[in-house]
Amino acid sequence: MQQLLQQLINGITIGSFYALVALGYTMVYGVLKLINFAHGDLFMWGAYIGLTGLSALVALMSRGGPILILPVSIIVIVTIALVGVLIERVAYRPLRSAGRLAPVISALGAAFILESLARNIYGASWKTYPTGLVPAGRVALVGGVRISVMQVLVLVVSFLLMALLYLFVYRTRIGTAMRAVSLDHEVSRLMGIDVDGIIATVFLIGPGLGGLAGMIVALYYGSFDFTLGWIFGLKAFISAILGGIGNIPGAMLGGMILGIIETLGAGYVSPQWKDVIAYAILILILIFRPTGLLGERVAEKL
Amino acid sequence: MENLRARLQKIPPLWWQAGLLVLAVLLPLPLNDYYRAVLWRTGIYAILGLSLNIIVGYAGLFQLGHAAFYALGAYTSALLNLHFHIPLVLTWPISILVAAFFGYLISRPILHLRGDYLCIVTIAFGEVVRLALVNNIFGITGGANGLSGIDQTVLFGLTLRTPLHHYYLVLFFLVLTLFAVRRLENSRLGRAWMYVREDETAAEAMGVDTTWAKLLAFVLGSGWAGLAGALYVARIPVVSPDLARFIESVVMFCIVVLGGTGSIPGVFVGTLGMITLPEIFRFLKTWRDAWMGVAMVAMMIARPEGLWPSRRIRMEIREKE
Repeated sequence: MQQLLQQLINGITIGSFYALVALGYTMVYGVLKLINFAHGDLFMWGAYIGLTGLSALVALMSRGGPILILPVSIIVIVTIALVGVLIERVAYRPLRSAGRLAPVISALGAAFILESLARNIYGASWKTYPTGLVPAGRVALVGGVRISVMQVLVLVVSFLLMALLYLFVYRTRIGTAMRAVSLDHEVSRLMGIDVDGIIATVFLIGPGLGGLAGMIVALYYGSFDFTLGWIFGLKAFISAILGGIGNIPGAMLGGMILGIIETLGAGYVSPQWKDVIAYAILILILIFRPTGLLGERVAEKL
Repeated sequence: MENLRARLQKIPPLWWQAGLLVLAVLLPLPLNDYYRAVLWRTGIYAILGLSLNIIVGYAGLFQLGHAAFYALGAYTSALLNLHFHIPLVLTWPISILVAAFFGYLISRPILHLRGDYLCIVTIAFGEVVRLALVNNIFGITGGANGLSGIDQTVLFGLTLRTPLHHYYLVLFFLVLTLFAVRRLENSRLGRAWMYVREDETAAEAMGVDTTWAKLLAFVLGSGWAGLAGALYVARIPVVSPDLARFIESVVMFCIVVLGGTGSIPGVFVGTLGMITLPEIFRFLKTWRDAWMGVAMVAMMIARPEGLWPSRRIRMEIREKE
């Protein structure tokens, strides 16, 4: 029982990473019906920019402490969000009317560029984050289950962000416009919505969140290399599909489920097979619920 | 210009087809072994591209896990040779059957999925195959290092040793593939595929058995990728799970789309762009992928229908504008 609870806490932590990244996939898919293959690499760039920022700041202030994370987070969010908008402007916008395959190739091309840049600028070796940024202690919970300070921080931040995003999408005018655009571009335009502006906003928020998630993941694990984007990108994408792509609560749910399944699989079955278990469950869920867990069954447009 | 074009079109297709074949036969002769190996690789990927083109190009199904079938074909051939000492040549049909069988197995339950959902399931299947190979499933796949010590190919008493031999072997199968896909394209089944691609609901209403058509696309495409895997083993006596990497599937997907989906010449243009040119630009080293990415984005913006599209798809995309 104690072990199960401990595994669940770890699973939810990892699940919240997947959820944060999955939100970027699902939002972009919602408005453009495009799998943004570059998203995983934007996430990875968040980890690298966080590395540069935190290392510089630690060297400058010659001290650690969680307070240093805040300014660097802002830098990461702003930079990655701007890169996201840039990619949309250059690689996706000219292809809006070009069918479904051309934007996929363009997205894959953008992913190649981002990954290759990271590899050339930072090198192919493993990078380590400066230590001492987050206190290393563990807090005892009921029944001998322990949670690390880092996990508390991760969970608080990601749940806060998800709640904010949820409120933004479902309670504000821009959020309403976003949902309208995801239903129909033409009609939204007729209703006076600036469709291009909304899409650009989505590319600010999605990659911004993804970039921040990249930094948090790198902080959590302590080290990473340029393949981080690919591994997490795929898992997050699976989370988005699992929950029903285009559906924001679905992405959060999908991320949590995938994180928990994976941790339980690694703990109780075999760590080598945890990814296979995750993929197998994805395939099974899609066989029985072809549009994901929370995805609506939309009638085909004729 | 128009005049030249009209005159070119008057040449019977058989003439320029024969001309291209002669060129393909003579091309490696003045080259050294390195470039002959590049040509061999080009041929393998052209076969893979043509097989994926059946699934993505004709039937319009997103398949981003094609490399899994390539790897399945290669492992089948390697395992049969290592454990049962079956000559490689005889393993080829079995490789095709095994890959086709797995194609059936994976596609049967997921055919009702549309577009991107299908795409993610194929990615997941590709990763499952790769991880199963890495984790040494049933203790026979040799784990992350793969299998080695596979025999050389002996064809009618001739041992294939040099890249030139293998180039001609692949060329033979490439021509065979070309013949087959040309026939398929204009067959009843080929028309059914394109109907399914353009409008599945209408196709079904017109009496096309869409499930059957899609299933056949998957089975034929997967089986043929298995043959490409077996041909890989015929030259390279080592197989590793790297054959099933996602990036391999992405490259195959790009081969089909860059040149123009559903277009046979397009597959060749795509293979040149994704395989041959990067091989020649090896001196760019780690920057090569970045340039490839730039080229992919630029190409799609300039020509979203692909470099050498099939006439139908070009008209479709132009019409929307």
